Parts: sequence; structure tokens; C-alpha cells
Amino acid sequence: MKDEIRQVVREHGHLSVDIDSLGDGDDLYQAGMTSHASVNVMIALEDTFDIEFLDSMLKRSVFESVSSISAALSEIGVPA
Amino acid sequence: MALRIGIDLVSVASVAESLRGAHREHYLERVYTEREVADCRGPSGRVAPEGLAARFAAKEAAIKALPGAGEEVRLTTIEVCSEPSGEVRLELSGRAAELADEAGAKEIALSLTHESGFAAATVVIT
Repeated sequence: MKDEIRQVVREHGHLSVDIDSLGDGDDLYQAGMTSHASVNVMIALEDTFDIEFLDSMLKRSVFESVSSISAALSEIGVPA
Repeated sequence: MALRIGIDLVSVASVAESLRGAHREHYLERVYTEREVADCRGPSGRVAPEGLAARFAAKEAAIKALPGAGEEVRLTTIEVCSEPSGEVRLELSGRAAELADEAGAKEIALSLTHESGFAAATVVIT
């Protein structure tokens, strides 16, 4: 799952650094992801994993890092 | 209620990229209302990224003006409505409307602009 998350962030996150240089817990916003980019990451994740994030998950903290995204996806039932 | 204000700036190119991408339809449906997309659609049927970028900026500006930092707020519950006169206003529903009520909001003012590849919006709540 984390590899797929990294690929989505690589394509849509518009980071100012290479995602491979970031750890799972590193802050994607500090790495250059804007709010518009985070929305595009959310949408691409929904299409990639065929899920919809719950409204309760529409929070900056959920899309803050590869780990936080992975935790939210697990919570929705996406297998690790 | 104390006056509250929010401002946001969005790159038109990033919206144009979302419109060109594989997730276009999902992007349009998840972020904008049908009326917002229709308001940005020209006679040729093309959806203008400038208009959508200004609307995205308005949603983000409203999130900054409202309490709660936009947590749990669907972007479609913050809708930009444009009048024939060219004036624009915000219509809130769902969680966004709840947050405005909780804050005791009486009036919400909106201003949009776009130029040279960027769109910006300011929201004032009293």
C-alpha cells in the first residue's frame, strides 16, 4: 500500500523534493504540497484504491504524510 | 461575533492540469458543484480553469475564515454563486453551514480575481 501511496503523491503532490528522499512520517506540506495538490492526491487515492474518504477524514492531518494516509486507508478497509 | 477573514491564492496551471488528468471527472464532481462547473463552462463547452481556480481559492479562503480549519468539510458544501451582475456570493451547506452558525456568522462577503496565471479570493465573515 505505501508504495502505491508514494506513487500517487509523486504524480499529484507537486512536492518540491523527490518523495524517495522523504520518510513515511515526513510532512508532505512542508515538502511543498499545496492544499490544491492535497485535494488532487486525495482524489487520485480514491480512484487508485476505489474508496471514498469519509467526511470525518477530510482533515489536513490525514494527508500530512505517507503514514497518516496509510492509516486512514487501513481504517476504511484497504488491505496493507 | 468578531470579524473573521480568509484569503487564498491558487495556480491556474495546477487546476488546468487537474482538468487534463485521468481523474478529471472525479476532480470536478468532488470539488465543485454542478452549478459552479456550469458557470465556468463557455459556449464551446470548455471549462475555464481560471474560473475553477478562483472558486477553489474561495473555498479555501472560506475555510480559513470559518472556525475549525475546514476539518471534515466537503468542498462542495462551500459553493460560489455568481449573479448575472457579475457579483459573487457564497452559499454554505452541511458542515460548512454548521461551522458558520456555530461562529454566529451573520454575513459572508466574497471577492474573487484571477490574472497572470493565478486566482485569488478573499472571504470576510461578520
